[in-house]
Amino acid sequence: MIKVEGLVKSFGRQAVLRGLDLEVATGSITVIIGRSGGGKSVLLRHLIGLLSPDGGRVLVDGAEITGLRGRALDEVRRRYGVVFQGGALFDSMTCAHNVAFPLREKLRLPGAEVARRVEAALAQVGLEGVERKYPAEVSGGMRKRVAIARALVTEPEIVFFDEPTTGLDPILVNTIHHLILNLHRKLRFTAVMVSHEIPEIFEIADTVAVLHEGRIVEVGPPAAIQASTNRVVRQFIRGEPEGAEGS
Amino acid sequence: MTEQPLPLALRPLDAIGRWAIASVEALGRFGTFLGEAVGVILTPPFKFWALIDRINFIGYRSLLIILLTGGFTGMVLGLQVYLTLVRFGSEAFLGPAVALSLIRELGPVLSALMVTGRAGSALTAEIGIMRITEQIDALTVMALNPVRYLVAPSMLAGLVTFPLMTALFDTVGIFGGYVVGVELLGLSQGTYFGEMQTFVDMQDIMMGFWKSLSFGVIVTWVCTYKGFTVGHGAEGVAKATTDAVVLSSVLILVWDYFMGSVLR
Repeated sequence: MIKVEGLVKSFGRQAVLRGLDLEVATGSITVIIGRSGGGKSVLLRHLIGLLSPDGGRVLVDGAEITGLRGRALDEVRRRYGVVFQGGALFDSMTCAHNVAFPLREKLRLPGAEVARRVEAALAQVGLEGVERKYPAEVSGGMRKRVAIARALVTEPEIVFFDEPTTGLDPILVNTIHHLILNLHRKLRFTAVMVSHEIPEIFEIADTVAVLHEGRIVEVGPPAAIQASTNRVVRQFIRGEPEGAEGS
Repeated sequence: MTEQPLPLALRPLDAIGRWAIASVEALGRFGTFLGEAVGVILTPPFKFWALIDRINFIGYRSLLIILLTGGFTGMVLGLQVYLTLVRFGSEAFLGPAVALSLIRELGPVLSALMVTGRAGSALTAEIGIMRITEQIDALTVMALNPVRYLVAPSMLAGLVTFPLMTALFDTVGIFGGYVVGVELLGLSQGTYFGEMQTFVDMQDIMMGFWKSLSFGVIVTWVCTYKGFTVGHGAEGVAKATTDAVVLSSVLILVWDYFMGSVLR
């Protein structure tokens, strides 16, 4: 389980997280939604140890990871897979080398085993024939799939998705969501996803957390969030313009 | 409790204080970055193929510009020094004058400036783009140290390639001086090279070598650091690249003076 307690983070005078609390159950898909610039990606960067909070703490299976550095933090990260917003594929490497990279460098597997697992990982995300292509030579949807394959190839326990469908058309959004759902059913990892895709994410999430002004204002199963009477939540999931009153 | 605003008279002092603290912090980060890179260079695993790639990137791909600038620098030196020496009837010293100027000073400095312009700027831009597209974060969350993959190979490649580039610059420059002095202006070949052997000693060559070695560290340190600490977006990369070239060039010239003073 991932537990966030009273997380506070400011950049200069701008307070982004203001005492945020959240619990992510092991094996679940938890989706964090909220307005752009509301601190969702900042929260995610705290969970993966790329940012240190000004206050509060993050616990993974009961062990605090805030304040960890060097090898201790790397030990936690070995359990992680991360799909970044833009994919963050290494543009100097082919798609296959991107997927192979964590196997070679992180797990130090022999060449034959790496090749076998890369082939399986790319097939798993429905990609064949792109092995020798560079990220710049494939479409946005394919890049996301390669990024997912790279994040999952080491069989992590916890996978973070930072807006994995940004910039994709609605068909690809659904395709990627169902791909994530299918992979989750098969591999049983804990997924934490930041997303804007409403209502699509309600189909794949076990838990939805709504982040507003640096705090989680509502958390629960998709049905409960959709039926929420909280004005902020209703306004957000209905996409009502700023200042409009919820009915 | 809210912070009380400072009296107007104290605000310039406050601004100076903040600037001083920010500058010291930036210097600290700059130094720590080098310390971490040195630590990584000295501890396994070593990234041999990444080093070869960086030697190609920094050294091999700079060959043409080094050959061109080295050749023409030697030719300009040959012409100008000849025209000066001939006034005193000392044109026999053209060879050592060209060779000493190149080996002790111009070779290390100009080749470092050329490699900074060609490879240093590209190094900053490459790492900067990796930073803003989260590729460096991707390495970090894989529990891999980005300094080991991106900085250490570049610094090692700087140590290997800068002296070699300098040696090439010196050699081509000396032949540039030969072309002008001997082939065009009529000095004898024996005088040009013979006097050079008399006046140029190992100490001069080592001075150029130590300078080029330290420039290799300075350029790769500055350029990788600027890439790592890039601001936001394309504008951030552009600014980091400019800053890297300007800072590297200034540091090369300042450090050259200190090295010249110490290694006299």
